[in-house]
Amino acid sequence: MSREFPPALAKRIQDIASRYPAPQAALLPVLHLVQRETGFLSAGDEREVARLLGIAPIKVREVVTFYTMFTRRPLGRFHIQVCSNLSCSLAGGEPLLEHLRAKLGIKPGETTPDGKFTLTEVECLGACEQAPCMMVNFDYYGNLDAEKIDRILKDLT
Amino acid sequence: MNAATKILTRDFELGHLHRIETYLDRGGYRAVRKALLEWKPEQVMDEVKKASLRGRGGAGFPAGVKWSFVPQETDKPKYLCVNADEGEPGTFKDRYILAHDPHLLIEGIVIAAYAVGIHLAYIYIRGEYELIARRLEEALAEAVAKSFVGRNILGTGFDLDVFVHRGAGAYICGEETGLLESLEGKRGHPRLKPPFPASVGLFQSPTVINNVETLANVPFIVLNGAAWFLEQGQAKDGGNRIFGVSGAVNRPGIYELPVGTSLRRIIFENAGGLKPGRTLKAVIPGGMSSPILLPGEIDVKMDCDSVAAAGSMLGSGAIIVIDDRTPILDVLAKVAKFYAHESCGQCTPCRLGTSWIHKIVKRMAAGKGKADDVDTLIRLASNIKARTLCPLGDAAAMPIAAIAKKFRAELEQATKGSA
Repeated sequence: MSREFPPALAKRIQDIASRYPAPQAALLPVLHLVQRETGFLSAGDEREVARLLGIAPIKVREVVTFYTMFTRRPLGRFHIQVCSNLSCSLAGGEPLLEHLRAKLGIKPGETTPDGKFTLTEVECLGACEQAPCMMVNFDYYGNLDAEKIDRILKDLT
Repeated sequence: MNAATKILTRDFELGHLHRIETYLDRGGYRAVRKALLEWKPEQVMDEVKKASLRGRGGAGFPAGVKWSFVPQETDKPKYLCVNADEGEPGTFKDRYILAHDPHLLIEGIVIAAYAVGIHLAYIYIRGEYELIARRLEEALAEAVAKSFVGRNILGTGFDLDVFVHRGAGAYICGEETGLLESLEGKRGHPRLKPPFPASVGLFQSPTVINNVETLANVPFIVLNGAAWFLEQGQAKDGGNRIFGVSGAVNRPGIYELPVGTSLRRIIFENAGGLKPGRTLKAVIPGGMSSPILLPGEIDVKMDCDSVAAAGSMLGSGAIIVIDDRTPILDVLAKVAKFYAHESCGQCTPCRLGTSWIHKIVKRMAAGKGKADDVDTLIRLASNIKARTLCPLGDAAAMPIAAIAKKFRAELEQATKGSA
């Protein structure tokens, strides 16, 4: 069963929906909001979003499973996204993913058992002048090397 | 013409330009005043047409002409979608405008909307730029407070609402009809064209879709005129462009230069040439989807037509510099992986073709290449090209075919040992 969202969250969802002539258009911003509040998008969250926007639950599922930024399982407290595209690898980014893998003891797509880190390999993040680069949650880190990554990880507490 | 004149990035060093007070101190929103208070909408459109402002997102279509395709008389609402879904690998220039000078974009939006008769605009920004999206929303609130956006702008009776809409990680949404589907809350599956968005776009209504940098040029055209704008660039391709240089150069970064500046000059003078001890092997001149150029092909003027004549594409002006230490198979592997990952899956030639190409390239990289692999890649690429709904198919096929053809010997050598 889906649980109802707290009234404040439901209100914000309606506010977002009012910016569009059709409520389904609010789906991406609403899912971003819900994911920020709940950590990940459960089947219940999907149904509740569908109910509030007045659309079929399948419409929500279609969108959640298409876009890489939406997650249907919990992520670590720090989501590390490492670019493996061309500009980053030309700037020496290739070994960095391997470094993080060894350091955190997880493969891309996995979360550490303590729930602290999730590691993801991503395509171009749009910061190629600072290659190699990665994101931790929504913060960008550029001009990386193994040493700098170690310092960044140490500060993430 | 002073080659060093910056237009779009003129005040970036200043900082705090994202606050409206600083922006106004630097003469901001003068163009909105001029356009809305002194000009008729059709005058604005004519001036932008005359300026030959070509789209900075990739396709290079003239913005003024695009605007004129929207029907003047229609009982449907008209929409403006700003394409800020910067995802073409190697591209990061719009991020600079969005982060440093959001009011410049907003000013361009207001003028474009006025010219076309639009009252609702959405800025579709890639989801990863979350902090920038927030800054953009703050800038919009400031602009509303000063009556540059909202009801009855500057007392003219012109209304315009502008909203920021975050994407969620899908390259395909940078394609204009993929963007429209995504904005409507669906998967970013591109639409069959025609009808074109100018007649049937967002919510089945006439829609203009412009790139961030394209719109950021509009205020300067209004202030200084089309003739001035053309003097900055080329006769059929006006103004400056923000070139983003990345890869094996000494000074990666953005360089705002006149349209038509030589690619060699950008790499060797502006970006400081190759890193010590390296030499140039190849250049991708306009984002990953543009066909690769060899060192002998870089004396090309960086305008849409000249780069096309050289067999590539100016695209987003994102220059990726590849050095002699990089095996071309590594470059091919990155290109193949990217398009296999980002194909939306709608059209069979692209969905199957890109993953097939990726599999072959992975096999080659694992030392299990076959004698006819390069030919197979070229054949697969040509079977994708022009057989898909949207340009992603071409965007994958063109660079792969170019790498396979121009580096055949190296690719065959690299995979030979194990055959």
